Amino acid sequence: MVPDLTVADADLDADAEGLHRLALWALRYSPMVAVDPPDGLWIDITGASHLMGGERQLLDDLVGRLAGIGVAARAAAAGTPGAANAIARFGHRPVVVVDDAMELVSTLPLAALRLPPEMTTELRRLGFETIGDLKATPRAPLAHRFGSLLGRRLDQVFGRIAEPIVPVVPTEAVQARRSLVEPVSTAEALQAVIRALVTDLCGQLEQRGLGARTLDLLWHRVDGTMQAIRVGTAKPVRSAAHLIRLLVERVDKVDPGFGIEAAILTATLAEPLTAEEVGRLVGAGTDLAAHDDAATIAGLVDVLGNRIGHDRLYRCAPLESDVPERSVTRIPALAPPVPAGWPSQWPRPGRLLTPPEPIETLALMPDHPPMAFTWRGVRRLVKRADGPERIHGEWWRRDREMAAARDYYAVEDHAGERFWLYRSWEGSPETGPVRWFIHGLFG
Amino acid sequence: MRVLPFGLAAVDDRLPSGGLALGAVHEVAEGGDLGVIHAAAATLFVAGILSRMTGPVLWCLRASDLFAPALSQVGLNPNRVIYAEAPDEKTLPLLIEEGLRHRGLAAVVGELAKLPMVASRRMQIAAEHSGVTAIILRRWRSPAAAAAEVGQPTAAVTRWRVSARPSSPLPASGIGRRRWRVELVRCRGGGTGEWDMEGCDEEGRLGLLANLADGSSSRQGTLVEEPPRQAGLRIGA
Repeated sequence: MVPDLTVADADLDADAEGLHRLALWALRYSPMVAVDPPDGLWIDITGASHLMGGERQLLDDLVGRLAGIGVAARAAAAGTPGAANAIARFGHRPVVVVDDAMELVSTLPLAALRLPPEMTTELRRLGFETIGDLKATPRAPLAHRFGSLLGRRLDQVFGRIAEPIVPVVPTEAVQARRSLVEPVSTAEALQAVIRALVTDLCGQLEQRGLGARTLDLLWHRVDGTMQAIRVGTAKPVRSAAHLIRLLVERVDKVDPGFGIEAAILTATLAEPLTAEEVGRLVGAGTDLAAHDDAATIAGLVDVLGNRIGHDRLYRCAPLESDVPERSVTRIPALAPPVPAGWPSQWPRPGRLLTPPEPIETLALMPDHPPMAFTWRGVRRLVKRADGPERIHGEWWRRDREMAAARDYYAVEDHAGERFWLYRSWEGSPETGPVRWFIHGLFG
Repeated sequence: MRVLPFGLAAVDDRLPSGGLALGAVHEVAEGGDLGVIHAAAATLFVAGILSRMTGPVLWCLRASDLFAPALSQVGLNPNRVIYAEAPDEKTLPLLIEEGLRHRGLAAVVGELAKLPMVASRRMQIAAEHSGVTAIILRRWRSPAAAAAEVGQPTAAVTRWRVSARPSSPLPASGIGRRRWRVELVRCRGGGTGEWDMEGCDEEGRLGLLANLADGSSSRQGTLVEEPPRQAGLRIGA
């Protein structure tokens, strides 16, 4: 019936190892990742999802990347590990983000509760179909018959009791830990712990010739749950002051509850950083002021990057293109200086409209700037003009641009406002369709 | 007080210590219906000031309509500018303040619609402490919003208004060098003034026109002041 069917024995040990490797990979999303054997992962994305642009984006990215390596996955984000687990495995859609999981979870079948199979079968014989059915039933008779597990699972799903997850830790990771004799909860005490951990960690990084790119700080609370802080840097960093600053900045995000009893700091991502590079990064060979400056700029970029995301911090660099909107590219804020600027024989406007906005024009002669134009409902008479500057389409990018071109004019109205207009045409300016746009303001 | 002179005596005379105070908050707005929204002339005015400073600049913005080639045409090297794009309006003042605490920067530019007194005072304190100069480029969503906000008091030490004016006449047809009406609307410890200027050249310097809009200066006879070749940093009293 299926002649080319290949049968392979399940290799449970290899599966478990593969799942562990996958969990280490998923550390890219959050410092707290736990395996849920045989085929699940728990990722605590509290306080980490904004780095990916939100929960939905994080899940889409996760499922997309897994699909890329041949793993078909379903994902759900919910308020409790139990609910997320239930929705991911039994929900209707492959990627789900819910704010209030209660209602959705109530409609799911009993199997979503992670009970032993025989208990599920017996509950079903008693007429229970969904989690909602169980929730509406008095707890005591159920506990009497099925023991405490059933009640605990229900409470975990609905978030009435905490369900700590045991995060995986990469074996080769650089790590520092502190167990505290007395639980602490004040910001000052937490900062003292951070200073001790970072000093310890930087010593280890130096021994191995590494610099940290991502740091994860896990706070163990006395109630058995954990709080995590993750910070990233734009370049490998081994300066204790720099790292302390980044972590202390995030301390207000930690809810110590009844107290913190232990803390673990891990350099989840570390890259080689030799002594010469340290010198280069802080600008050795120049005077002390330059040394100070470079260190502060890297520090500033990391502080801001951890607040708004490193992709929102950038420099502008020239790109070889005549088309104005393609002539600027974004490069990382700490990238090495780029050499040449933009060719500047023609003035460029300080503000560029993206996309260019169509305007109505009154043009008397074909190869001249318009006499007047109407933009955003305001009609302006053109008093002076410069141009045209002809810019051809880049046919190597898109076929459509083969015969397209723009003629740019700088025009000035009576009040002195200066605008950047262009006439776009295909084929030839005489025969092809001609349209006018405004692309920028000179000021 | 450390200052950055404009190199134009008529302007510098109105400013305490003879130049734009460094380590302080300055406000720049643009006049006109288009100006309050796009602030294109005010942007180049600011870029011209920055290009006469040395050191890195943090430019905090929200809309990414800034066109870097134009900034480089008034002398602002793109390598000096780090842009920080805030995800929302309320994050912007926080980014500006954070930047102002870093001594390694020459200046922080913030494109803001709203500048409450408290936020501006915090910026002024941070700027005084670190010596980093803050320039707040006011950008409103509509002329109506601008009209409601423009007179609100802030802790900025100076407030400028820049408006586009018809360009210098040329013998042939075409657009000459850009011209602005530059107004010093408010200045703590200094005077106010109004000048017609030629916009920034390729090194960020302004040029004063002979037919001054501000009559008082012309009566004193300080008409055309040739800008010095190098208008660098000066340590004043």
